[in-house]
Amino acid sequence: MELGPHAVFIVGAYLGALLAVIALIAYAAIDARRVRARLAALEAKGVRRRSADSPR
Amino acid sequence: MMTADVALKKPNWFSRLANPGQFLAWSRGFVVPLAVVTALLFAVGLYLALIDSPPDYQMGQTVRIMYLHVPNAILSEAVYALMAVASIGTLVWRHPLADVAARAAAPLGASFTGLALFTGSLWGRPTWGTFWEWDGRMTSTLILFLIYLGIVALWRAFDDAARAGRIIAVFTLVGALDIPVVKYSVDWWNTLHQPASLTLMGDPHMAPSMLWPLAVMTFAFGFLFLTLYLVRMRTEILRRRAETLERQAARSVEG
Repeated sequence: MELGPHAVFIVGAYLGALLAVIALIAYAAIDARRVRARLAALEAKGVRRRSADSPR
Repeated sequence: MMTADVALKKPNWFSRLANPGQFLAWSRGFVVPLAVVTALLFAVGLYLALIDSPPDYQMGQTVRIMYLHVPNAILSEAVYALMAVASIGTLVWRHPLADVAARAAAPLGASFTGLALFTGSLWGRPTWGTFWEWDGRMTSTLILFLIYLGIVALWRAFDDAARAGRIIAVFTLVGALDIPVVKYSVDWWNTLHQPASLTLMGDPHMAPSMLWPLAVMTFAFGFLFLTLYLVRMRTEILRRRAETLERQAARSVEG
């Protein structure tokens, strides 16, 4: 595909959007995983205690 | 007995939809289908936008930036409108899911606004000869971007989510005054930016060969928002659950 004299602007726009979308997806996925790990840790501790001496 | 009453009374559809626990249950099955639809829409949309559609008779190939710019610009305003409605839910009904709905939308709206500015400026340089102009549309959109960033920062600044929710809801509703300014700036002031080519009522001022890729890309970004929004809302509900449990655990340690 021939993008003409302004190709750098077109490619730049699409690359920027691609990076932003990837970042948004990664952020949502990492955040979801982190919160689930936090809940799992609480559950493992039996929730009643939050002391540092938990086995692990 | 109260429990019997509660058990007998069937919750209406809205409470089933909006109760945080119920929300987690029903939304679970939607994430993957939404993600698949989003991917398909992007595949078709990018094909139409980059390969199938013709160059513009005036702008040439740079018209292809429109297929990114317009969907993100539409979402920048639509997501804010959604946050404003959620803020009313927080202030008037104090609904716990309204806070969640407002918070989960903010970083997504900020990103779409940032992308609208970014692609707009890359489109402006070859088309108008400048990356940036302090005119009504661009300035008001930059202000919208800063408001979004302010809201994201505020959510991170508070420890108490319920108090944060009410304060940020007020801030969000004050910031909503910028939305009509963004929308009508092209009609109110002399500006480099063209007025809307697409309106809800009336025929589009655009050839079908460009309208189609634009429509599909708009739906693609729209479904991307829905997918990420659902995931982020689910995460936010679980985060609040974790925070409650952590406080509970802290209290039981203190005795």
